[in-house]
Amino acid sequence: MSQVPQLLFKNRRPGETVFIDGYRATGGYQPLEKAFREMTPVELRELVKSSNLRGRGGAGFPTGVKWTFFPADAPGPKYLVCNCDEMEPGTYKDGELLMADPHQLVEGMIVSAYALQTDVGYIFIRYAYEKQAEYLRRAIAEAKEAGYIGKNILGSGFDFELHVHGSAGRYILGEETALLNGLEGQRPNPRLKPPFPATRGLFGQPTTVNNVETIANIPHIISGGAEWFRDLALTPEGSGTKLFGLSGHLNCTECFELPVGIRLGEVVETYGQGVWKNRKFKACLPGGASTPYLTEEHMDVALDFMSLEKVGSRFGTAGVTVFDDQTCMVAATLNLIQFFARESCGWCTPCRDGLSMVRWLLEKFETGKGSPEHLDMLKDQLQNISGNSFCALAEGAMGPVAGLLTHFEQEIIDHIEKGRCPFKS
Amino acid sequence: MNKIDDINQIGLLDENQITEFSQHAGEIEHPRELIIDILRAVQLNHGWVPDEGVELTAKILGLTPIEVEEIATFYDKIFRQPVGRYPIHICDSVCCWSRGGEELAEHLQQTLGVAFGQTTEDGLFTLLPSCCLGGCGRAPGVMIHQSFYGPLNPETVDKLIADLRQEGQG
Repeated sequence: MSQVPQLLFKNRRPGETVFIDGYRATGGYQPLEKAFREMTPVELRELVKSSNLRGRGGAGFPTGVKWTFFPADAPGPKYLVCNCDEMEPGTYKDGELLMADPHQLVEGMIVSAYALQTDVGYIFIRYAYEKQAEYLRRAIAEAKEAGYIGKNILGSGFDFELHVHGSAGRYILGEETALLNGLEGQRPNPRLKPPFPATRGLFGQPTTVNNVETIANIPHIISGGAEWFRDLALTPEGSGTKLFGLSGHLNCTECFELPVGIRLGEVVETYGQGVWKNRKFKACLPGGASTPYLTEEHMDVALDFMSLEKVGSRFGTAGVTVFDDQTCMVAATLNLIQFFARESCGWCTPCRDGLSMVRWLLEKFETGKGSPEHLDMLKDQLQNISGNSFCALAEGAMGPVAGLLTHFEQEIIDHIEKGRCPFKS
Repeated sequence: MNKIDDINQIGLLDENQITEFSQHAGEIEHPRELIIDILRAVQLNHGWVPDEGVELTAKILGLTPIEVEEIATFYDKIFRQPVGRYPIHICDSVCCWSRGGEELAEHLQQTLGVAFGQTTEDGLFTLLPSCCLGGCGRAPGVMIHQSFYGPLNPETVDKLIADLRQEGQG
């Protein structure tokens, strides 16, 4: 296991947090010095583009391409916003990264701001991560003290200020336009797109929103180069490493930095140390609560964006939640839908009413009151909700429902025929 | 309109906090962005956000109370009703669910003698269901005052409650 390259978790020790001295001791802030002294913003943006880094917050959009939409050279206020709302069940990697090594995000924010020529940055952080917010504030103060934040950074003529903005709960804030409303102190419903944030974002100004892990990768790309970064992945089209947060029915539920493209079987057996209680693997969510299930037949699938799309799922955030063979998949999906239905902001009908309807239907099956008509209704809802909601929340919510219907329809039918949950005695 | 002192008779924020927030609001272009900061400060001092807390926030930021209220009511970690000294947020999302979260919630309800949304008679504990708290690797767990505790089982959660009870009564 030790030969796996560690970038993001290089300084991670159990129960410890590294601040500026420890961070510098392993090369921290050298990429920043290199960027400011030797590279132009254009060169930086080109580097990120050629690294093939894809967003680590779930959607997987290529970061360098996203940055090309940003009017870096336009005059006037522009913003860089880091999304640390991390609230999708099964996803806790950003929290782990910030507990271990908060300066990585701070350095990443500064060099990204330089690349995009934004003079103000915000880190939007969820309520439950107060410890991480405290560490970030300390790291920012240290970076200021060292001259990496403030006026005329390293004599470059570039100014940058960085703020931490705490939230107060609610999953919808992870949606980038809802996040921007939340940051402004508006009611955090999502906004209509277009205009996209790159054109009109925070306070109506051009804004880029990137995930914590995405930004934290940028200094490593600067020091190692685009080719090195691409070669870290095990798939030809992939790039970099990925933080995999393991959870559910595994013997070891920890967070690991592993190469993009690692096989599911290796994650489960080597890092998760197998399914708990000597039970068998039944299914998993490969990338957070909004990704369709994988099953035993997918053990050899490479965990990367394209390979997971090919088998009908998504890489998402790489939060891998495993279910053993005694798990009722109807009950698991009901739990997931309860989360999404409760966290719906209520703005659009497919999400507000549709997810409640799906919850009602899954409750019918689970309590033995379901009928074949209910099963047809569930399939209708999949058609009615997916692709018709205002933002991605409901779309994601239907991921596990789609997976349930693809891989475990027979389990629903068993519930209907037996008039009870077959997993409960 | 009332003055800040009139609204703040029950001491929701101390004088330094009011001065700092007012000063900061005067310096920045979009004072609204401080709504959550002020509401959280009120809640930290007072345990929850009463109507006066909403009015005070509005007054500091030059907003109407309804503009603050529509934000305050959106977030589940801002309490617009009284809660106990230790609000216990029990995660009911999938990772905790898969490792005994429902049993833990059941046990807590029985031990404390309250249902979700209720506060114990001694005013110490309020039980609240919560979505994922980011402790998926340490499931099942709870959050109390922004600290995560997990993995928990009936024995370890009993110990946690006993410790808090001692602290709360001491």
